[in-house]
Amino acid sequence: MPGRRPPSRRVSAAGWSFVTPFLVVFALMIVTPLVYSMYLSLFRNQLMGGTTFAGFANYVTAFNDPKLWDGAGRVGLFLVVQVPIMLGLALIAALAIDSGRLHGRSFFRVALFLPYAVPSVVAVLMWGFMYDDRLGLTGSLNDLVGFDLIAPYTKQWILTAIGNIVTWEFVGYNMLILYSALKTVPNEIYEAAAIDGAGQFRIVRSIKLPAVRGALVIATIFSILGSFQLFNEPNILKEIQPALISSYYTPNIYAYNLTFAGNQVSYAATVAIVMGLVTAVIAYVVQLRGTRKDA
Amino acid sequence: MTITCNRRVALGALATLLAASLTACSGGDEGGGGGGGEGASADEIEAALQEGGSVTYWTWTPQAEKQIEEFEKAYPDVDVTLVDTVGAGEANTKLQNAIAAGKGVPDVVQIEYQSIPQFQLPGQLTDLTQFGFDELESLYTPSTWGSVAQNGGIWGLPQDSGPMAFFYNQEVFDEAGVEVPTTWDEYVEVARAIKKDDPDRCLANDSGDPGFSTSMIWQAGGTPFQNDGENVTIDLADEGTTRFAEMYQPLIDDELICQLPGWSDEWYAALGDGTIASVALGAWMPGILEDGVPDGKGKWRVAPMPTYDGTPTNAENGGSTESVPEASENKLLAAGFLKWLNSSDESIQAFMETGGFPATVEHLESDEFLGYESEYFGGQKINEVLGAGAADVNEGWQYLPWQSYANSIFADTVGQAYLDRSSLLDGLAAWQEENVSYGTDQGFTVNG
Amino acid sequence: MAGYSYLRPRKSVTLTVLLGVLIVYSVLPLLWMLFSITKTQPELLSSFGLWFSGPFALFDNLREVVTHDDGIFVRWFANTLVYVVVGAGGATILATAAGYGLAKYRFRGRSAVFATILGAIAVPGTALAVPTFLLFSQVGLTNTMWSIILPSLVSPFGLYLMWVFSAEAVPTEILEAARVDGAGEWRTFFTISLRLLAPGIVTVALFAIVATWNNYFLPLIMLNDPDLYPLTLGLYQWLADASGIGAQPVFNLVITGSFLTIVPIVIAFLLLQRYWQSGLSAGGVKA
Repeated sequence: MPGRRPPSRRVSAAGWSFVTPFLVVFALMIVTPLVYSMYLSLFRNQLMGGTTFAGFANYVTAFNDPKLWDGAGRVGLFLVVQVPIMLGLALIAALAIDSGRLHGRSFFRVALFLPYAVPSVVAVLMWGFMYDDRLGLTGSLNDLVGFDLIAPYTKQWILTAIGNIVTWEFVGYNMLILYSALKTVPNEIYEAAAIDGAGQFRIVRSIKLPAVRGALVIATIFSILGSFQLFNEPNILKEIQPALISSYYTPNIYAYNLTFAGNQVSYAATVAIVMGLVTAVIAYVVQLRGTRKDA
Repeated sequence: MTITCNRRVALGALATLLAASLTACSGGDEGGGGGGGEGASADEIEAALQEGGSVTYWTWTPQAEKQIEEFEKAYPDVDVTLVDTVGAGEANTKLQNAIAAGKGVPDVVQIEYQSIPQFQLPGQLTDLTQFGFDELESLYTPSTWGSVAQNGGIWGLPQDSGPMAFFYNQEVFDEAGVEVPTTWDEYVEVARAIKKDDPDRCLANDSGDPGFSTSMIWQAGGTPFQNDGENVTIDLADEGTTRFAEMYQPLIDDELICQLPGWSDEWYAALGDGTIASVALGAWMPGILEDGVPDGKGKWRVAPMPTYDGTPTNAENGGSTESVPEASENKLLAAGFLKWLNSSDESIQAFMETGGFPATVEHLESDEFLGYESEYFGGQKINEVLGAGAADVNEGWQYLPWQSYANSIFADTVGQAYLDRSSLLDGLAAWQEENVSYGTDQGFTVNG
Repeated sequence: MAGYSYLRPRKSVTLTVLLGVLIVYSVLPLLWMLFSITKTQPELLSSFGLWFSGPFALFDNLREVVTHDDGIFVRWFANTLVYVVVGAGGATILATAAGYGLAKYRFRGRSAVFATILGAIAVPGTALAVPTFLLFSQVGLTNTMWSIILPSLVSPFGLYLMWVFSAEAVPTEILEAARVDGAGEWRTFFTISLRLLAPGIVTVALFAIVATWNNYFLPLIMLNDPDLYPLTLGLYQWLADASGIGAQPVFNLVITGSFLTIVPIVIAFLLLQRYWQSGLSAGGVKA
């Protein structure tokens, strides 16, 4: 904001009053368990021996833990491939819907959003069924072409299969975010552009894309966070294909199994914090790069 | 300034919560629950039940409602709150969480036999010897009693048992022209024959299930896990285990078994349409078939488990006990309810009527039980076979004190053999390595 | 209305068809669901997914869903409504106010606040779940509706969205003008800013509603009593009822129940869409 006289104390206090209610709940519901989690990570749980203080030993173990880094590598790979594809599709869809050149615009909006409304348990159930070789559409397709064209339940393709489900679930969601941003562009700008004789693609490049820039950065950051925290989809698929999805398939699954199967609440907390740090750093970098051009 | 003010408030709240949790963390055993006396006689238990009170019961058995109905007729002053814990995995998690928090612990809780070694580690369950439960030993089969009486204590009362049996689809067998296998070698041959007759069908289904595999190792005479509390020995290459692995390998290598996920809708469908021609599971299977595979009515039969060398041998597969957590505040009443639940005739009858398979010798040997003719099984007297199976269960089997964790990493290790069609023994060796490392990490002295 | 200078841009069939592929992709599994809810349990397991098969069992399935287990599905539905209205509603309010405050007011520590929030949500939810559970047990909050509602009140995503949206949609000049006129900050917020923020609020509300409606992991560890379950957890219980010893396969109920779970969200979306539109046209914002 261009230089103005400094805000009055009344205005500053008002500023805080808007923010405080959120901060209070945030402190209680996120900061407190987080701090407690950090506290827990300094201990060691043993079935024989109880809980003992261990200092930073867990962190040392975590940095050398092949299972943790196997999972981290996997979500990293997932992120690098799935997020651009998903956001790319979402952007194209948002632009297309906003262009007003689609037949049945409302229908498109609703139809694309529907997958997001489906709880992940149900989404995985549906896709899991469709992936099935015997009873599902994959089987029918393969029978049609005569060979195994699509084989999602194999080591090579299972991550892609999961990526497909996640993309399916979230394209509409991201499309909506980007679309909302597009909607804030006032009509006057478009009129001015028309007067200037700007063509369709020029408008997209110079007006629409910059307008969604901020939203795209948010969407990217949250997709990155989501990818690193990947849990629901592989965890539910694990019921169907236990050998394909290991107990440390993603860091979150690893932490979950450590807690609920392995009685290692403290080490699980450590894993979570380490992953949290990695994720935070990456998200921060993206945010810096993404908003660098803003004054 | 407003900023400092808010910060102070937030810090204060944080501090209070932290303090509360710190005191909770330090020493969870003082003030140990159990307003319920140090032991009691049978008469005292009866008196407590007459007096009344309330008991919380966590279970996932579908029989519970009926049993509670009967209980409340006998003891109208006791109010039982039933919590459906859905399944073993969830139930174990809930129980562990409640014990860790020291609050919200049920009075009576269902625990699978395979999880008892873990939960009987000090501080979690009440030793029921103090309530005179040692006198009940003779009521139960040796294997189920052995599952609840360990390391000098009695940790629950057996509710059901699951001696394994070979359930097969007679119609599919007839179509393929095969006979019921009596040895495992014959079993493999039958598997080949069925596959040859119809490539879409298989004799059996297994996608790598730890419960099934451990029971099979048990049936082969293996005792890979030995524990006496602090010392644990793991040998997943002992005679019995090796015997099982070598027998089973061709089934994997030659793709003679289907690998549908167990208990899924496809699995049920496959049982119904003959795709899967047999299952070798515990004696509770008839109830499942009746409810979930209506298409199979009249087609299935049951036979004893195949043997390795002609000598009958068997194992338990599944089954649970009910126990009283140490932190329960109504131990006396809980013990009374538990005693009624798993040793009184009315309760066990109610249990059996709704499909349960008992653990009590009396019921297993009763004429009524043995004479029952099952319509679903084409009129066969299934309990004769199932009951005989109970008598052949090998003794001396033990689970690990961290069996749920071991099972959770089964797919990572042994499960890979199913996926890659590689050596089962290698997979078992990998499982052993992970288990040894975990056990040592957890403070046990592990040999293996 | 369209954003172009033409009053009525030419509709493109090509574009529609291309996007149509995306629609088919989105809708395919849902089509499967629509066909599945008309089937009985045995038919479900043995017929081709994308067409009808066997007796038309839609009404039987619907009836069974609402009566199974003494009609607990209805209870679950009601619970979910409570969690959503209070939880998501509260989250929207908190996020809107906070986002607005962060965007439109300068105060020290603003960046620190944002960095803390972003940092905190980078930690996986499962990591917070058990510590939250342990903390809640201390104060006796587990197995209550509050154990679900309280954590739902925090929507960092909503906060960020409102922050960005407020910065762009509410010009500081308007606020300055109001201040000069002597209006209080909150008064300005209610009378002027809210209307401008409407599309953003609707978006945040929608996301908060969906997130709370579909919340599964948190209720799983917090709740013991099936009478308190939200729909997702209840459906999962029915699904698990099909496994293991004492199984009662009820897949047809799970699918039909899932269908019923999705319908309200779709309705909510359709309703909220209109506010979106009206919010925008009421804007009249000058660049």
